[in-house]
Amino acid sequence: MSLLAVRGLRVAYGGIQAVRGIDLDIAQGELVCLIGPNGAGKSSTLRGLMGLVGHEGQVHFDGACLTGRATHEIATRGIALVPEGRGIFGRLTVAENLAMGAYSRRDHAAIRVDMAHVHALFPRLEERRDQLAGTLSGGEQQMLAIARALMGRPRLLLLDEPSMGLAPLMVRRIYETVTTVAREGVTILLVEQNAHLALRISQRAYVMESGSISLSGNSPELAMDTRIRAAYLGE
Amino acid sequence: MRRLPGLDFLHARPGLAFALLAALLIALPFLVGSGLGNSWVRVLDFVLLYMLMAIGLNIVVGYAGLLDLGYIAFYALGAYVYAWLASPHFGLHLPFWVILPLGATFAGLFGVLLGTPVLRLRGDYLAIVTLGFGEIIRIFMNNLNAPFNLTNGPQGINLIDPVRIAGLSFAEPPRFLGLDLPPTYLYYYLFLAFTLLAIGVAMRLQDSRVGRAWAALREDEVAAAAMGINLRNTKLLAFAMGAVFGGVAGGLFAAFQGFISPESFSLWESILVLCMIVLGGMGNVAGALLGAALLTILPEALRYLGDLQRTVLGQVVVEPTDLRMLLFGVALVSMMLFRPTGLLSSRQHRREWAAEDGVAEQERASLYDSRA
Repeated sequence: MSLLAVRGLRVAYGGIQAVRGIDLDIAQGELVCLIGPNGAGKSSTLRGLMGLVGHEGQVHFDGACLTGRATHEIATRGIALVPEGRGIFGRLTVAENLAMGAYSRRDHAAIRVDMAHVHALFPRLEERRDQLAGTLSGGEQQMLAIARALMGRPRLLLLDEPSMGLAPLMVRRIYETVTTVAREGVTILLVEQNAHLALRISQRAYVMESGSISLSGNSPELAMDTRIRAAYLGE
Repeated sequence: MRRLPGLDFLHARPGLAFALLAALLIALPFLVGSGLGNSWVRVLDFVLLYMLMAIGLNIVVGYAGLLDLGYIAFYALGAYVYAWLASPHFGLHLPFWVILPLGATFAGLFGVLLGTPVLRLRGDYLAIVTLGFGEIIRIFMNNLNAPFNLTNGPQGINLIDPVRIAGLSFAEPPRFLGLDLPPTYLYYYLFLAFTLLAIGVAMRLQDSRVGRAWAALREDEVAAAAMGINLRNTKLLAFAMGAVFGGVAGGLFAAFQGFISPESFSLWESILVLCMIVLGGMGNVAGALLGAALLTILPEALRYLGDLQRTVLGQVVVEPTDLRMLLFGVALVSMMLFRPTGLLSSRQHRREWAAEDGVAEQERASLYDSRA
């Protein structure tokens, strides 16, 4: 029984088909990545799942049908999106950003526990709690975006290109954290262009090309696949 | 709050500061009336009306980041509702405390009506549609004298009932404790009460759950929705809340003036209220109040420039009205150059601009803020 089951998802902008009917299955506790070149429709897939763009097909999350639901309802059901470009609230402080992550929760005691938890995960954010989020470095902003998503206690975390525009050292730090979060039991769907990294930390992978899934399987096996090596790993 | 030099003793005694402020606000019409004449008390009344509007527009533009260039339409709706229900136009003379909530509700409904079609618009597109909305309302008011005479067209509605509270008509000034209380004084106290209420409501809203949702919406819509914020309701609520403030101000304006016509609700008025919050500092109530006071008082004060020219130069070289617009422009441009976040910028705005000077500088500023 999968936590997220997607059947025949299609996303189109005007006449242009960005996602051409894909199937995805993610089980509870898995870290799954969706890799593929620029413009393959990876981000559009996430936008479709979150109800941010019009889409066709079936999206089932934890047994409930999400098709046609508004974004805020989907978020309240336990799916958190860390959008491409991070989408932090630049003119709010770090602490206020984190508080916004728990916007739809009312369990104040548990929110405080989670705040302490994300501060433990990202000590830098605690140091900068009163600083405006827009003044953080790119890597810190990415940490904040992930921490903010975790403040909603999501059951499924959608990460859209967390390595984008970051220095290699920072990318490694972010990926270590993603692994930690996954080990704590949060189910993750990771969208990446950086196939090398994504395949190394994930258990399973989908490869997307021109709006369709071209390959899927266990990440270690895909990392050895000659087609993948040729197309994405530059070997 | 930043400390004002020389007023440190007030920071130590908030009770005393509050009492002094209250005494000043109560005595203000008498001070201004005896010093500058009754026409300046009338200016004070308008300052308070514009403060109400600036607080309302600040909710839409400052809190939620939705640029509204047709805000005066809600002022117009509040004013016309008052005129319809308390004038010989329809022969209705309902009491003030019945009409004002009706006018506010009516304006709020129009806020939702404006908000619904523009839910997906932002920035420039939103500004253009709201600008059109403001003009549509004004043109309707100008033309709805046929086939059914709803607004009496460009002639406007006259003989609107003055406010009457507990048998006291604001048009027939009573003597109170041996003091004359002309209508402008009575309206001052009434408007002051509404403005204080509006300040309280606006400040509570900013710190509330919906206030935080507005801030998130202003910063990033996609992320706000992903946090579980209902974008549609949050936006409509901002439009409706802003409109309610405008509607109340409009109703008070109609009762105060006794006469309204579409001329009072031109695009210029919308822009003026927007200038007030930009000048004062977007997103904060004190800034909206300061902006409203400055932009209402300054043009009136500049009228004296005509007299000054006549005494000094023997003739009027530059028409004061022309000069007013010129100085108005100079003031706004120099403000944009020297204080781009407004005269009283909000804590966050100030720090956002300070960020370029480096993080250390900014952290000192935040320490400063938390201590004061």
